[in-house]
Amino acid sequence: MPESKPAKRLARSQASAQAEAEAFTSTGQKDTLARAASVAELAKMAKALRRHIITMTAKAGSGHPGGSLSSAEIVTALFFKVMRHDPANPTWAERDRFILSKGHAAPLLYAALAEAGYFPVGELSTLRQFGSRLQGHTDRTATPGVEMSAGALGQGLSFSIGIALAGRLDSKDYRVYVLLGDGECDEGQVWEAAMAAAHFKVDNLVAIVDRNRQQLDGWTHDVMNIEPFPEKWRAFGWHVIEVDGHNFTEILDAFERAKHIKGQPTIIIAHTVKGKGVSFMENNPDFHGKAPTPEEAARALKELE
Amino acid sequence: MPMEMSTREAYGNTLVELGKENRNIVVLDADLSRSTMTRFFAQEFPERFFDCGIAEQNMMGIAAGLAASGKIVFASTFAVFASGRCFDQLRMSIAQPHLNVKIVATHGGVTVGEDGFSHHAIEDLSLMCSLPGFTVIVPADAIETSQAVRAAATNLGPFYIRLSRPKTPVVYSDQYRFVIGKAVTLKPGGDASIIATGIMVSIALDAAKRLEEEGISCRVISIPTIKPIDEEAILNAARETGAIVTCEEHLEHGGLGSAVSRVVAKNEPVPISLLALKDMYTSSGKPSELLECHGLTQAGIERAVRAVLKRKRAET
Repeated sequence: MPESKPAKRLARSQASAQAEAEAFTSTGQKDTLARAASVAELAKMAKALRRHIITMTAKAGSGHPGGSLSSAEIVTALFFKVMRHDPANPTWAERDRFILSKGHAAPLLYAALAEAGYFPVGELSTLRQFGSRLQGHTDRTATPGVEMSAGALGQGLSFSIGIALAGRLDSKDYRVYVLLGDGECDEGQVWEAAMAAAHFKVDNLVAIVDRNRQQLDGWTHDVMNIEPFPEKWRAFGWHVIEVDGHNFTEILDAFERAKHIKGQPTIIIAHTVKGKGVSFMENNPDFHGKAPTPEEAARALKELE
Repeated sequence: MPMEMSTREAYGNTLVELGKENRNIVVLDADLSRSTMTRFFAQEFPERFFDCGIAEQNMMGIAAGLAASGKIVFASTFAVFASGRCFDQLRMSIAQPHLNVKIVATHGGVTVGEDGFSHHAIEDLSLMCSLPGFTVIVPADAIETSQAVRAAATNLGPFYIRLSRPKTPVVYSDQYRFVIGKAVTLKPGGDASIIATGIMVSIALDAAKRLEEEGISCRVISIPTIKPIDEEAILNAARETGAIVTCEEHLEHGGLGSAVSRVVAKNEPVPISLLALKDMYTSSGKPSELLECHGLTQAGIERAVRAVLKRKRAET
């Protein structure tokens, strides 16, 4: 892997990040990694990530706030409670892996990585800028903690199966978590992978679908109906758990239950609201791939206080 | 080594050797292991072989995930599927992150024969050479195949190795040493250069021998590594012989001829003739009939050399 590109990005982005650091406030990095984080603390972190998503995309002037906001609890639960990982050592061989298959939710992942300590929170203000480590869609070669280059949908589940199989071959006990969008499940490759994961019995793999019921062109049932959704996954050989994707108790319980499912992969269908947390973004497909204006961002941040 | 051997058989045998030497080697196939010869590895190391079924996109994604976790991954299917069926997966999951995936694609070109155009990979080199960071290799025979596969296993990054279905003549001796990115001058000559790749190399040698009888001295250069290409060998050929014919079992667009033309045009313009498939699809037939139909024969090379020499003389 060429080392020069990420290194150059780092140097450039750190300089600009420092100048703009005061625009962003950290919620205190190390403490939030404590595995004993309470639901109240997790909720506070999810809100912090939402604030970052709004601020980042508004500053960038583009990006995908809707699907980032809907997955905030899922990603918060993974990074600040469920997963075994070390921000100081992003390539630690024993780490649990998080694969963001819906690569357009990059602002959410960057916010979580920054709050966890993978890079300075101030760097979030460089999202989508030339020379930034925080690319418009996730880039494995650019950002510490990003496992996969994504953005062309449908590829993360296959990639995750490969990591899960490698773990099995090497007798490692890490677990693989992959987040997909519901619109993403229009892609045929998702179902090729669904079949393969069950066939290979990768029980160290947990997929989560952010079932926010919207995609760029509108409601999923209007654009391309994916129902009966849980039945499809069951028919493909998966253990299916459905949760309220904004309820930490249900999310954490689902991740815990998944650890005890043997001989088959588990999928958590997380029922969510697109744009969750910002009234005028909720269930509004306009904000799938559009950044808030400065005025909208100010209103959103007020709601997220 | 027998006089003839298919490159895919050499691949299958080499994979088994590599599997014994390195526990990190993992092999994937998409329901073609009996044809790609990854079957040999599967029988020897069932726990390190994954048949992904007829789902090439998923196979490439799994390959990427395994490679991202430290495995040396060989993924095989027919060339037409390996390059075309899953191009975005190659781009997103393997090429951009520069992962250690070795795509060894068999059944390249028209010598697949009777199966017809759906199975004739004639665009694969163009597609694979377009992906930044990929090393693209077309071995000339079984011996070179074995060494290229070994080189891929020991060099980090994505590789595409294109092999053939039929048995083909063995060009090299056991003393031959393949080096990534290096051309091989198989015959010296001063009037023109024939630059060939894959199965066309042995045909080019036959053509050069025949032309020698006419008093035309041809340099024969084999270029196994289409990318990164050996610019020095090409430029020496241009300077020292002043005329070039390229030969490949691929479309004229985007393969060996295109790559050689680019090097020559940028640095040392000389008359050049591209022997390749023209802008069209192919049909069923015996491999020999198809090669004949598209001019990829000894006689075709001889004609191309005479024509390019005429242009060379006209320019001097």
